[in-house]
Amino acid sequence: MDNQLIKQPILEIRNLKTWFPIKRGIMARTEGYVKAVDGISMHLYKGETLGLVGESGCGKTTLGRTLLRLEEPQKGKILFLGKNLLDLKRKKLKKMRKKIQMIFQDPLTSLNPRMNVLDIVTEGLVEYKIIKNNKEDHAKRLMKEVGLDENSIYRYPHEFSGGQRQRISIARSISLKPDLLVCDEPVSALDVSVQAQIINLLLDLRDSYNLSYIFISHDISIVSNIANRIAVMYLGKIVEQGPAFDIINNPMHPYTKALINAVPTPGIYKKKKIVLKGETPSPSSPPPGCNFHTRCPEVMDICGKIEPQELKTEMRQVWCHLYKG
Amino acid sequence: MSKKLLEIDKLTVSFETDEGVFKAVDDVSFHIKNNEIVGLIGESGCGKSVTALSILRLIPSPAGRIEKGRIIFSSKDLLKLDIREMKKIRGNAVSIIFQEPAAALSPLHKIGQQMIEGLMLHKNISKKTAWNIAESWLKKVSIPDAGERMFSYPYQLSGGMQQRVIIAMALMLTPDLVIADEPTTALDVTTQAQVFELIKELRQSHTSILLITHDIGVIWEMCDRAVVMYASRIVEEGNINDIFSKPAHPYTKGLLKSVPKLSTDAERLMPIHGYVPSPFNYPSGCYFRDRCPQAFDRCKKEKPQLVDLGNGHKTACFLV
Repeated sequence: MDNQLIKQPILEIRNLKTWFPIKRGIMARTEGYVKAVDGISMHLYKGETLGLVGESGCGKTTLGRTLLRLEEPQKGKILFLGKNLLDLKRKKLKKMRKKIQMIFQDPLTSLNPRMNVLDIVTEGLVEYKIIKNNKEDHAKRLMKEVGLDENSIYRYPHEFSGGQRQRISIARSISLKPDLLVCDEPVSALDVSVQAQIINLLLDLRDSYNLSYIFISHDISIVSNIANRIAVMYLGKIVEQGPAFDIINNPMHPYTKALINAVPTPGIYKKKKIVLKGETPSPSSPPPGCNFHTRCPEVMDICGKIEPQELKTEMRQVWCHLYKG
Repeated sequence: MSKKLLEIDKLTVSFETDEGVFKAVDDVSFHIKNNEIVGLIGESGCGKSVTALSILRLIPSPAGRIEKGRIIFSSKDLLKLDIREMKKIRGNAVSIIFQEPAAALSPLHKIGQQMIEGLMLHKNISKKTAWNIAESWLKKVSIPDAGERMFSYPYQLSGGMQQRVIIAMALMLTPDLVIADEPTTALDVTTQAQVFELIKELRQSHTSILLITHDIGVIWEMCDRAVVMYASRIVEEGNINDIFSKPAHPYTKGLLKSVPKLSTDAERLMPIHGYVPSPFNYPSGCYFRDRCPQAFDRCKKEKPQLVDLGNGHKTACFLV
């Protein structure tokens, strides 16, 4: 399907920085920054899924939220359908948000417990004055689309199981026919036997709505099942990105290697583990040079001194001193 | 063949709630041999944690009640012991590692204080000796600056470090059995790999481990045998190779097929149809029949019992 993609990215991020100030004292002086997203550039084509992988605290959720301007970035550009989202004022931003929707990790906290499903899934349609009456018909259509019983539209979120609730939040997110869906750990809170159902649903919707996804997850094996391209994040920066097949089968960056190696996979005979030493450093004081050098099994002298530059091939980028152009 | 260290026999545990009484664990029997790692796998609500808590008699009472069954540990029935004898077992002969390390540590006490408590209680040693033992264990679980960390509060440590403290506490008293209830679920994958290395080292001290998890990959990498639970009952049991190469129960098969694997072959995942039923609403007969692709008439009428397929591989299904 990669050939059918139109070669104009619908989303392009340039050198994006979302830093959170650390304030101390009665004067609330800014003493430093938590560099949650620290200079990220990437792009996404129509109909494509970009998997964003990393461990807790690496900034992947902040990046997702910044794309919807739920967080305000310090610097950078987010070009969506050719317009910089960061230049938009309130009214225009609201218009734009119609086209970018988000699915959160825990459907119980992202669905209003006091609203019934009918109101939840049609809220966007009403807000944007797309429909006036016949809410029921639209709700029923959306419910059918995500594989839920059409007759349960008068029920409330607590009456559904976790997997069903995630289907409701998916129905809500597709109601406005968006171009881009940011999925933040959409299956992490679900039981294993239900995760696959939701992944398949997302794949089906991608095809029928021609959606593009940013799929955020800590689990590289889930990402490998849905993404066309994968970007691996560590401590606010992308360390490697490229086509999913290449990243999984031929990882270049030592962190990607460790991440893939750490996944317990049935069937592959108990492989030799790469066990990383130590802990992820704090994003408020990242180490000098390469962010990963404190834990890297292949660390060299240069890594603690100089930040690695991007090494770019046709489809792939990696930031590591091991590779020279 | 080595001796059975723990044998659970027809354990049934029920809970009383506002909505009525339900069985969280129903007629569960399995055993753990010396120096063996047994995996207990199942989805949330299948009763795997309740089974674990029952071994240490930590079921919240009066809501929960062990209705029947025996738990034989080193030829003693734990369910018949009085509370004083039970306290000697807990932490000393059987210890437990919980899922959420932050919830298992007291936020108000220093790491060192918490660690020596169990040592002093069970080993009858001086505070100073206990402190030294605790510190040496912190080193063993590779916590940097162990001496200083003894004076830290839990919030000053990261999740991975907290879990290592918990593991050190569980191992300090060299128990015969360690129950690990989702020990890495709250941790990152690279930290998970670190914790598993530690748990594997335990083997060298001839400790048996009951590893509870929902992750089938973890079972594959860590365990000798696995017990699969679904909706309060055991559906399959066997050694790892049998479970993975010739799963007998449709639920186990479904689980193996539905788990996202690390691969980019555009093969579609095969989810198990439907959702786990509520414990108040289990179907008649086999609890899995609503979701089972191969269900037939008999599954509605009778509850299948575990059948031995040879080599200790057992399943509760009418298809075999």
